[in-house]
Amino acid sequence: MNKNHEPLIRIAKRDAMVWWKAYLIRIVSVILALIVSAVVIFSITKLNPFAVYGSMYRGAFGTTGKTWNTIRDAMILLCISVGLAPAFKMRFWNIGAEGQILIGGLVTAACMMYFKSMPTVLLLIVMFVTSCIAGALWGLLPAIFKAKWNTNETLFTLMMNYVAIYLTSFFVDFWDKKQSHSVGIINLDTGKGWFPRLFGEQYILNVIIVVLLAAGMYFYLKISKHGYEIAVVGESENTARYAGINVKKVIIRTMLISGAICGIAGFVEVAGVSHTISTSTAGGRGFTAIIVAWLAKFNSLTMTLISFLLVFLDKGAAQIASDFNLNEYASEMVTGIILFFILGSEFFINYRLILRGKHKEVAAK
Amino acid sequence: MTLSSLISWIQGAIIFGTVIMYGSIGETLTEKSGNLNLGVPGIMYLGGIASLASTFMYELNVPNPNPVICLILAMVSAFVASALGGLIYSFLTITLRANQNVTGLTLTIFGSGVANFFGGSLNKLAGGVGQISVPVTSSVFRTNIPGLSSMGAVGKIFFSYGFMAYLAIVIAIVSQYFLSKTKTGLNLRAVGENPATADAAGINVTRYKYLSTCIGAGISGMGGLFYVMDYIKGTWANDGSIEALGWLAVALVIFTNWKPKNAIWGSYLFGFCYWLYLYLPSSISTKLANWFGLAKTAHMQNLYNMIPYIVTIVVLVITSCRKNKKSQAPAALGLPYFREDR
Repeated sequence: MNKNHEPLIRIAKRDAMVWWKAYLIRIVSVILALIVSAVVIFSITKLNPFAVYGSMYRGAFGTTGKTWNTIRDAMILLCISVGLAPAFKMRFWNIGAEGQILIGGLVTAACMMYFKSMPTVLLLIVMFVTSCIAGALWGLLPAIFKAKWNTNETLFTLMMNYVAIYLTSFFVDFWDKKQSHSVGIINLDTGKGWFPRLFGEQYILNVIIVVLLAAGMYFYLKISKHGYEIAVVGESENTARYAGINVKKVIIRTMLISGAICGIAGFVEVAGVSHTISTSTAGGRGFTAIIVAWLAKFNSLTMTLISFLLVFLDKGAAQIASDFNLNEYASEMVTGIILFFILGSEFFINYRLILRGKHKEVAAK
Repeated sequence: MTLSSLISWIQGAIIFGTVIMYGSIGETLTEKSGNLNLGVPGIMYLGGIASLASTFMYELNVPNPNPVICLILAMVSAFVASALGGLIYSFLTITLRANQNVTGLTLTIFGSGVANFFGGSLNKLAGGVGQISVPVTSSVFRTNIPGLSSMGAVGKIFFSYGFMAYLAIVIAIVSQYFLSKTKTGLNLRAVGENPATADAAGINVTRYKYLSTCIGAGISGMGGLFYVMDYIKGTWANDGSIEALGWLAVALVIFTNWKPKNAIWGSYLFGFCYWLYLYLPSSISTKLANWFGLAKTAHMQNLYNMIPYIVTIVVLVITSCRKNKKSQAPAALGLPYFREDR
């Protein structure tokens, strides 16, 4: 009789799931998301969804140039995600990557303009170092207040984004000679401060920098003492304190690293990709990267995969937009749907559902 | 500074402030339940596009659109679309236990994608009719109180707005009353302060979180509606300004110390800061520009625009240093609550 008092579905935590099962759930969720997106696309446009997905593939990998653009953009997204990984592993909500990227990019642009006479290699090193410092300082400010007074870092870093955006827009107007609210391509004639072509390809240096950072972060989080401290602080600050870890120091140190790498992302974007600076240099990728880092559980390899998936969607949707005369924002919509599904799928990896009446069977096991 | 420019500064500030006031009141209700919903910009986008799309289709297909139907259609569709955004967020964070910040940011990406997609292709979907505009609906939203608005300076300052500017103030007062004086409001605050205790006291935590997040999202979405119908006069602009306004609404929640009544003056203050560059007497602007070593005073605009954000940071820091009882931030803000995890 007491069966009636049981809820229809109960939720129980899973102990652990075999890795391939977890990946299967994630893959199924992406497929479900693609089906839902296809239905949405079809109901709006009446276009054949398979043709649409086919044109997405062409948009991302259709030609060598397009493939390189996909790699280039995935590298920037990966770089930002790598920067955010230690902060988020520490459960420090660094929503401020946008600002840290912009500041890094802004400093890079300034170096490109003011140090034209420097030899290229030296200039690249100066830009690298200064963008690192600028990003680190932008991340340091919220970290100090978090460490000292437990100031809410989510909101602090979010506000810092807009300070950085208006600072960028201020300098763009300041440098702009033609009243066009843009600085144009910096050093268009000399190419000074631009990433050199290596092995005949334009974006090799971008790939090298980001891959080195990603690999470094993998080992930093996995095997270094710092990485262990970050993990403990993330799990429980009290445990960390009890274990004798200086939590304040860890917070500040980790945010310096996080901000610095986001600053480098700005450097790579400005010196290696766009050769200009504007308020859209970060372009929302500071937010997207949070989702990349979180879904990948801060693992560099998984972050690489997710970065490519998202950039693929983005490029693909841009192609759809031009092929079918649609709007390019379709990509954000599809990205949102897919992320919702991946986020939801984590639940089925961590928990299992028990239907009413089934629990005896489970208990008997 | 002349009187007329002062009046237009006040008008600009109030119209600007109304957009973020809706956003921040909705977000305050949501945050009072302990949910830090970073999807406010996305929700405002959803509200804005839903109202525009529904009334656009209505005005396009009906020869003589009825203003009352336009009004109801716009408000209902904006509320429902934004509340659905809140429902996605609630389902993922409360039922499926996904992370709040990540889910909120995804909602922002999704909302801006949906809104800009439809905003940009509405024209094409309707068969290429030229500029998207909803003149009838927009004029309903922009109708002033007859008589009063022509009463000179006073009329211009107080009575020259569409009804939604006043509705925002009403909602702010009602929300304040609801939170501080009613039993349901007390329960809601209990959920945000300490969900485990609230649960033990017999409050249905899940229901409170769901309802406050969805209704809060619906109110936030009104900000998007007001922006589309009044601020940009019933058109669409893919310039990302709703997103910036949405984040400003999140900032305003902190600035108001989680009290909706403070949002009334706080939002107007943000509005004054936003328009400062246009109305600040040129003598002061020139002095400041010289002080910064700038050739053009127009460059100061970007620095003025930083003010609301810097002020919010300062408020955030001060409230966290003082840690006194005056801080109204819900103690369990942003923390998940799962009964079994205790």
